[in-house]
Amino acid sequence: MTAPLLDLTGVTKAYPGVVANDCVDLSIARGEIHALLGENGAGKSTLVKMIYGLVKPDAGAMQMNGNSYAPIDPRAARAAGVGMVFQHFSLFDALSVAENIALGMETPPPMRTLAARIHKVSETYGLPLSSERIVGDLSAGERQRVEIIRCLLQDPKLLIMDEPTSVLTPQEVNILFETLRKLSAEGTAILYISHKLEEIRTLCDAATILRGGKVVGDCVPRETSARDMAEMMVGAILAVPKRAAPNLGHEALAVTGLSVTSPSAFGMTLKDISFSVQSGEVLGIGGVAGNGQDELLGVLSGELPSARGMVKFKGRDLSGTGPEARRTLGLLAAPEERLGHAAAPNMSLIENALLTGAAREGLASRGLLNWAKTRVFAERIISDFDVRTPGPENVARSLSGGNLQKFVIGREVLQRPEVLVVNQPTWGVDAAAAAAIRQALMDLAAGGAAVVVISQDLDELMEISDRFAALNEGRLSPPVSTQGLNVEQIGLMLGGAHGMEVAHV
Amino acid sequence: MIRLEARAQPSAIMAYATPVLAVLLTMIFGGVLFAVLGKDPLQAITTIFWEPLFGQYSFYYRPQLLVKGAPLVLIAIGLALGFKAGIWNIGAEGQYVMGAICGAGAGLAFYPADSVLIFPIMVLAGGFGGFVWAMIPGLLKVKFGTNEILVSLMLVYVAEQLLASMSLGLLKNPEGYGFPGSRNLQQYPSAHNAELIAGTGMHWGVVAALIAVIFSYVLLTRHRLGFAIRVTGEAPRAAKFGGVNPSRLILFCLGTSGMLAGLAGMFEVAGPAGQISIDFNVGYGFTAIIVAFLGRLNPLGIVAAGLLMALTYIGGDIAQSQLGLPAAAIQVFQGMLLFFLLALDVLTNYRLRVSGREAA
Repeated sequence: MTAPLLDLTGVTKAYPGVVANDCVDLSIARGEIHALLGENGAGKSTLVKMIYGLVKPDAGAMQMNGNSYAPIDPRAARAAGVGMVFQHFSLFDALSVAENIALGMETPPPMRTLAARIHKVSETYGLPLSSERIVGDLSAGERQRVEIIRCLLQDPKLLIMDEPTSVLTPQEVNILFETLRKLSAEGTAILYISHKLEEIRTLCDAATILRGGKVVGDCVPRETSARDMAEMMVGAILAVPKRAAPNLGHEALAVTGLSVTSPSAFGMTLKDISFSVQSGEVLGIGGVAGNGQDELLGVLSGELPSARGMVKFKGRDLSGTGPEARRTLGLLAAPEERLGHAAAPNMSLIENALLTGAAREGLASRGLLNWAKTRVFAERIISDFDVRTPGPENVARSLSGGNLQKFVIGREVLQRPEVLVVNQPTWGVDAAAAAAIRQALMDLAAGGAAVVVISQDLDELMEISDRFAALNEGRLSPPVSTQGLNVEQIGLMLGGAHGMEVAHV
Repeated sequence: MIRLEARAQPSAIMAYATPVLAVLLTMIFGGVLFAVLGKDPLQAITTIFWEPLFGQYSFYYRPQLLVKGAPLVLIAIGLALGFKAGIWNIGAEGQYVMGAICGAGAGLAFYPADSVLIFPIMVLAGGFGGFVWAMIPGLLKVKFGTNEILVSLMLVYVAEQLLASMSLGLLKNPEGYGFPGSRNLQQYPSAHNAELIAGTGMHWGVVAALIAVIFSYVLLTRHRLGFAIRVTGEAPRAAKFGGVNPSRLILFCLGTSGMLAGLAGMFEVAGPAGQISIDFNVGYGFTAIIVAFLGRLNPLGIVAAGLLMALTYIGGDIAQSQLGLPAAAIQVFQGMLLFFLLALDVLTNYRLRVSGREAA
């Protein structure tokens, strides 16, 4: 076997209070697609930041092609042949594709030459993209192509991709994988960060698993089950959520012909949405974020007003009913944004328990607050949902994302809702916490509540929902049973093909 | 290199220490200012802070502390409710003037009748005047999304013009030999807000301020409405999700602060000031903004801050007459207090880190 392209030995990086990477060894061969696996906080980001020259290791050595490699900044890393596509794009909406790419270059060539090169790269690697288009008009998948092309123009030997599929539809994922395989065949190595195990099994040649900053194992993903990899990541046996056959009851929530204009200039207008949920059922609503998810949650929670007859709870019209009144009736919600929407960042967990619990938990009588009772409620959420915090008087923003999410979901679940609507319940939450949240939602449905789960994570929706509908451009597809539904069909429901039509423009 | 590092939890110690630090820094830099003006800084500072409390004429100045402190506290309590919710009523000065005009007008309408009902009617009229004046920015904000800071501030100047017009026209004393200004309410027993205990400075306005402090303390710590105010200030979207109606909250906060400012104006015109005149208002409405922040928007803190600001007013007056310090220097001195407080506030949520160059 030839010498590896990149070789890390004993790389260590400590931050105050936490060792982010502890003696990490990693070796990537030329043309290899290498997965870096781990939960949030396992040290994946720190490791790639060191390779990309954003962070300097405290100890250990890095070698590139057998030579010592210690980039002092990303520019040095790029010069050495390392490119990186970040999870969050750094593009200017008002500029064209070519202008955006020129901005990221040391010495941009004349615009016409650059456009020709962009065209050539996009043809070669199956990344349809027109260089004159304005970035603000592009879909998330197309924006990602801009970032990838920006890297490819520098002829990288190693391409780092941080959670690249989280914003893509299944069809777009397929296009991306084709591109990556082609690059790999030409000898470009790819370091692929993700926690979507099935993707890694189809795409990657090798995987390194991190936990708590240490390498805990290597495996060949094609020969390892997703479950085994997940257990290596978590370091424990994973409880797979159990789903009993739904015991359907009366119609709990009915939405008919719902059309609402978003109050935000960048929001999505909801167009003629209709669905209903029965008690005992979980309805999954899939789709890439920004297609009306926030607006739909707002309409159901009562934050956004809707016209007469559009939203009905057990046959009762909810127009003109605010969030508090809906909670009293039994319709509860948990928004996506934890800090600032579902919880007040600088207020204690006790105060945040009061935020939505006041009416149903009897935490106030004639306007006067019962703090003792509120504390008991907060402590019950913390113990029942295994929220890791020193105590309920800690402020919400001191909790990690996953713990705060458990608190937010727990706060609603413990109020025994008849209908619960949640948006991205496990976004950015580690595997163990996500499994706990999913189990809680399914138990709620098993107990006779109707649950609406809005999520980008299709695997999650397949796992817990009885019926599935796709939200795209503010429109909802008719819900279908998840029994026998495959990824291709879901992709078509999501309108996933729209990203590919661009090539013909 | 000095860096700011975010604290995981806001520091409780710093929240209480910053007002004290701000007062100390104000003394130091105020002293420098006075020295540059050619005055002995130590003498100036002692004149402002010591003389009114323990000096030769303290028997006269001490009651003044209540007289000047009460309107500041009364106004600041109302402002703090709004400030906590992120609703910025900057026009308390105008609401104060309108309360005075309405209160005095109601009293003078009965002149020279004698009844125990006249004073309560004046109280209601004063509160109502301030309330209505604050509802103008409130309703405009709710209906049209205007900025309450600008509207309430501009209405201060409208109120001042109205004050001038009143003292020269409608409310002018018919027996005043043509001088501008209304009849003196101190000489109209039914309408006079007299000292409740002679020689203490204690009048109905002080009582009202104390009631407002207790009321707002209970509201903020024990009542849902107070909780709604705090959540709205911390995270408006979370408040809306929790069920707070933002429009209603805006009207409540502006209305309450307007009413309290109006009451302060009414108690002032019926008591210490005595009459509506062109120069009736002396800036209590604006100074109360400093008091509200200096008191950490906390009702008990506001009492302490109000008394401190009253002290700088009284001490400043003494320094003006005894040392010849310009009035503007005293105002700069008071302004410094707010400036240092806001600057030091950073330390509640951040800590200073002195370190070498960060590793690249």
